[in-house]
Amino acid sequence: MLLNGVVLAVNYALIALGITLIFSIMNILNFAHGQMFMIGGFVVYYSYGLFRLNYFASLVAVVAVLGVIGWCFETFFFRRMRKMATREENAMLLAVGTALLLENLALSFFGEKQRGVPPVVSGVFKIGDAFLPAGRLLVMVLALILIVGLLLFVQYTKLGRALRALAQDREVTYLMGVNVDRVAALGFALGAALAGLAGGLLMTVFGINSGVGTVYSIKAFIMIMIGGAGIVPGAILGAVVLGFAEAIGYALLPGSVTYLLIFVGLIVFLLFRPQGLMGKPWG
Amino acid sequence: MDQVTDGGGQSTAGEAGGAVTRWQIISFAGLVLLLFVGVPVIFGKLPYFITVLTNAAVLSFISLGVWITFSIGRMNLAQGAFALVGGYVTAVLATRYGISFWVCLPLSGLVSAGLGALIGWPMLRLKGVYFAMTTLSLTEAIRLLALNGGDITKGATGIVSVPPPGAIRILGLTVVPPFSSANPMPYYFLASAILALGLIAVWRLSTSRLGWVFRSLRQNEDLATSIGINVARYRVTAFSLCCFMAGIGGAFFVAFQQNIYPSTYTIADSVNFLLYCFLGGLDYLFGPVVGAFLLVISFELLHAVQDYQALIYGVLMIFCMLCLPNGILSLRLRRLGERQHSKT
Repeated sequence: MLLNGVVLAVNYALIALGITLIFSIMNILNFAHGQMFMIGGFVVYYSYGLFRLNYFASLVAVVAVLGVIGWCFETFFFRRMRKMATREENAMLLAVGTALLLENLALSFFGEKQRGVPPVVSGVFKIGDAFLPAGRLLVMVLALILIVGLLLFVQYTKLGRALRALAQDREVTYLMGVNVDRVAALGFALGAALAGLAGGLLMTVFGINSGVGTVYSIKAFIMIMIGGAGIVPGAILGAVVLGFAEAIGYALLPGSVTYLLIFVGLIVFLLFRPQGLMGKPWG
Repeated sequence: MDQVTDGGGQSTAGEAGGAVTRWQIISFAGLVLLLFVGVPVIFGKLPYFITVLTNAAVLSFISLGVWITFSIGRMNLAQGAFALVGGYVTAVLATRYGISFWVCLPLSGLVSAGLGALIGWPMLRLKGVYFAMTTLSLTEAIRLLALNGGDITKGATGIVSVPPPGAIRILGLTVVPPFSSANPMPYYFLASAILALGLIAVWRLSTSRLGWVFRSLRQNEDLATSIGINVARYRVTAFSLCCFMAGIGGAFFVAFQQNIYPSTYTIADSVNFLLYCFLGGLDYLFGPVVGAFLLVISFELLHAVQDYQALIYGVLMIFCMLCLPNGILSLRLRRLGERQHSKT
């Protein structure tokens, strides 16, 4: 149960980091995040499940596909929007529109069926008196590597610094000679790729269907609301809280009651700390 | 800027409300005439089309609620949730306790409004995307609640065969004849009445002091606080009004379709309500009405593309945001404005 919690938490952290990245850089809430997760899963389904590509190669394919989608969204939609937006709601509605678009494109192309792939590695590990299938362990380790890699990338590379600068202050970043449009597009692509990778990883455990997008978007929102929007440690903390809450809830309670309780808990939590656990007070 | 007023001294460019404009009166009267006289005369023999228009009327009524929350600067994605609540209130009361629809209808609205006030109080402290995220989660939460409601909501099987509205008799005189599912006409008139009343109410609201307070909340809540407006109370008022309308709409659809399931209103529906508002134009009172009628009717006419309805909604939404950020009505008003300018 707790091990399941760890596996979920680590993968949710990937999702939460992706949405946090996009949110902090662009100040846009990516409503299509869950849909990107879903598409990542489908890319793995086709490349690994059907065309028998190497699993790692198909993860690379996920990064490529989602990266292009994210880059296009930013370049063709959100950049234009930023230049002409009159109300704050515009960007949000545009994001909702992209979510609708992706979800329904997926529905028409991939159908409604639940899809799964054969396990990447077989075998079971015994830790204490709990059993951990090797597939889940692999997913967990890969996700951990990705998270650490992302944090290092953002912290220490030039591009990562540009991303952080953009998150802090757009105008000043311009003044520093950063090609803001390019960096923003890259940031969006990176966030989308993270969502897709999480999809590609969790896909091997739970399978995927065209309808899961909204569910994962909601999970991402819950995580960043718990942790505080736009804050990297907050996103990870939110993922840990949600991952364990879900794992424990599913073990003890019937199906959807868990989520009901999580929602109730969230609303009560927001009553006391609307800015999330790590967020700075606002409004 | 775009707004044309004949009152003069109207400084809130692009804002709905303010002084009652001639255009608003003309278009409102025209709409009422069309709804109550024009449509029955022209389409009276086409029950299918009447059904479509009934849908459009009540959907635009529900979207009008979303429009109110837009006017306080919040993007409400929970409208489907409250429509579901209203629907279940009517369904449960009517099937379990045999209470008349005419009692259930306002009751559904009140229950939704009460729930909205209760949940809205903490939730409305959130702004912008945070509020949007929470309301989106709320839609899902209420759906799950209905799914796990046990004997009351009957879970996924939903509540079916809800009796149609009965007759209203005052002093032995039948004012409203009993409804039957075979004839959509009474439903149509009820829907039109609901829409007309809703429009009048929201119109009155947006021209009254309350409307100005709401708009001041959209522009700057801190400033509103500083001039002595109880921000928390007013935004809860706006939100419960919105929920009230959702509740009424949900109750109507239960009577109209005689069933309700947890999946009757999902996040997609909540998003659609936003889209109706947006397509019509957020700055205009008639925005949600125009948006809802246009989309609902055009999709009924285009049978061939109905499978792709949601996809087209998505594309439309993006297109609308990029090319027409102020809605369809902004086109007409802008042209009109130019004409007036050239005249003077």
